[in-house]
Amino acid sequence: MDQFYINLIFVGASFLIYIGIAVWAKAGSTSDFYVAGGGVHPITNGAAIGADWMSAASFISMAGLIAAGGYSNSTFLMGWTGGYVLLAMLLAPYLRKFGKFTVPQFIGDRYYSENARLVAVICLIVASVTYVIGQMAGAGVAFSRFLEVDSTMGLIIAAVVVFVYAVLGGMKGITYTQVAQYCVLIVAYTIPAVFISLHLTGNPIPGLGMFSTHTESGVPLLAKLNQVITDLGFNEYTADVDNKLNMVLFTLSLMIGTAGLPHVIIRFFTVPKVADARWSGGWALVFIALLYLTAPAVASMARLNIMTTLYPEGTAAQPIEWAEIENELDEDGNRHWIKEWEITGLISFEDKNGDGRVQYYNDKNPEFAAEAEARGWKGSEFSYNRDILVLANPEIANLPGWVIGLIAAGGLAAALSTAAGLLLAISSAISHDLIKSRINPEISDKGELLAARISMAVAIVVATYLGANPPGFAAQVVALAFGIAAASLFPALMMGIFSKRVNNVGATLGMLSGLIFTLVYIFIYKGWFFIPGTNNLPDTPENWILGISPLSIGAVGALVNFAVAFMVSKATAEPPVEIQELVESVRYPRGAGSAHDH
Amino acid sequence: MSGHSYDAENYWKANLRLILGSLVIWALVSYGFAILLRPMLAGIAVGGTDLGFWFAQQGSILTFIALIFHYSWRMNKIDEKFGVHEE
Repeated sequence: MDQFYINLIFVGASFLIYIGIAVWAKAGSTSDFYVAGGGVHPITNGAAIGADWMSAASFISMAGLIAAGGYSNSTFLMGWTGGYVLLAMLLAPYLRKFGKFTVPQFIGDRYYSENARLVAVICLIVASVTYVIGQMAGAGVAFSRFLEVDSTMGLIIAAVVVFVYAVLGGMKGITYTQVAQYCVLIVAYTIPAVFISLHLTGNPIPGLGMFSTHTESGVPLLAKLNQVITDLGFNEYTADVDNKLNMVLFTLSLMIGTAGLPHVIIRFFTVPKVADARWSGGWALVFIALLYLTAPAVASMARLNIMTTLYPEGTAAQPIEWAEIENELDEDGNRHWIKEWEITGLISFEDKNGDGRVQYYNDKNPEFAAEAEARGWKGSEFSYNRDILVLANPEIANLPGWVIGLIAAGGLAAALSTAAGLLLAISSAISHDLIKSRINPEISDKGELLAARISMAVAIVVATYLGANPPGFAAQVVALAFGIAAASLFPALMMGIFSKRVNNVGATLGMLSGLIFTLVYIFIYKGWFFIPGTNNLPDTPENWILGISPLSIGAVGALVNFAVAFMVSKATAEPPVEIQELVESVRYPRGAGSAHDH
Repeated sequence: MSGHSYDAENYWKANLRLILGSLVIWALVSYGFAILLRPMLAGIAVGGTDLGFWFAQQGSILTFIALIFHYSWRMNKIDEKFGVHEE
């Protein structure tokens, strides 16, 4: 059967499941819509958090980043998992005990300040909107690549599917579709990795295979990889980094940012008890780790596969001839995977020295220049988009067409599940924290539910439009979303629970100073409001203050927030008695009840 | 009420101690073993590389999972001991 139809069947079947779940899990009240009625089992919630959390970036891009950076990009692995320790111990159980619907609502109540709540709403919307644009753009790419439809058309299809289950079912519909999406994405990610690991090391578990012996050469896989790439002038895969301060701060920013992202936090409001919120954090990390322990294996193995494909006779011999890639067909008559991807433009080959062979090496390494010249090489002739590593895995491992269909469905599941979670966070902030709290406090439950559905629909339309026409700053999502969550939301939430002394003025000024400090540092290097050419300093390591990259500044912003909040609170009146009692009450699990409004 | 608030204070202290201990390990495996102390662990070979690399790409994640489950289990016990658990 044609690959196109196989992909269509897999993607179509997965969409039918999501819509089926939506019809089954229709939301009847605001409690259903915002927190799935508060009756989700911790393991179910863990799987839903896994899908909510693992976006197109985790599914498609992360392995490629690690493959390119080796050890230095371990920051993503630690940063995007370590935040769950903070969540499970410092935020989730107490916010669950508080028992309200949204993150800004806690900040508004705890700091008895509508201004603090408004700052939180703005932070939430900016962080979530930038994040959701990336998801929609990712879904568009997956559509256009696997289903050969125009990416705008693909986006509209995706938006309609999300619309059905998110607008109808709210958090309830989203939770159960996320569980289904988790299953699709983890199976899709794992199957090709298992076959590649078996082929290279004989070990069926990729996470273990990565640290075992490379069957063909008899040396450990990572040692083999180090040797092959250093032979061609690249940095050693496992090489240590010099700028440890930046590595620490970047990891810390990702961790604090993860813990402060509202679309993850609100998932903890859906479980029945405080104890369940703690367990949920553990289960979420188990489900996330199933992918995150495989990702570094995919990264190292795919990198080695590319090298050995191009240098079949070893790095000392000449690389493969392009004609061989172009004409080679396997026993099923499939084209070589490199040719397959060269057609899409994501792999490129330019025969600079005209010998018909594919020289791929590090032509930016001055120490390797002499050897390259001696071998008659005139620059590296091969390049690949690092996002293809995961998508091309089934072809690299020579797996049947249905695995490719599964990868297509998995990539879309990752993008759509995260998009739905973000859209819910945005729409509940609008309907609950703006409309219900500021504009029309007398609104009925039915009226608020309608408002929530309309905000969700509007958010989907805006996200789809921005996904189809991504603004220039979309690529900066990591810096922006994590910077804002780390520097503004996380410290305010944590201090609200662990300190009775931090008051309304302290918290508001703390959030604002953390936020402004972080944004200014990012804008200085990335351009003001990300407008190209408006940056004050070039974004290169020599210009960074103390070698701290703008991507790593969120952790420093969090410190600024903490410091300002404590100092200002000390100088102003302590919070009223009833607020101190509120802090006291969120610390003790008894009497949580289900999440409610008042 | 005074007996209750005394207990409540001890309950919160027990929670803070447990969190502090967990976060020390959290920081040690990630910022310690995987980044700052990696050169010190360079002598310990793991599958073609060193222990620090393993902690950076897998060991820290596995430790994080163990930490959260341990915290949940201990905290639920502490909840019961102080009688603040939910029925």
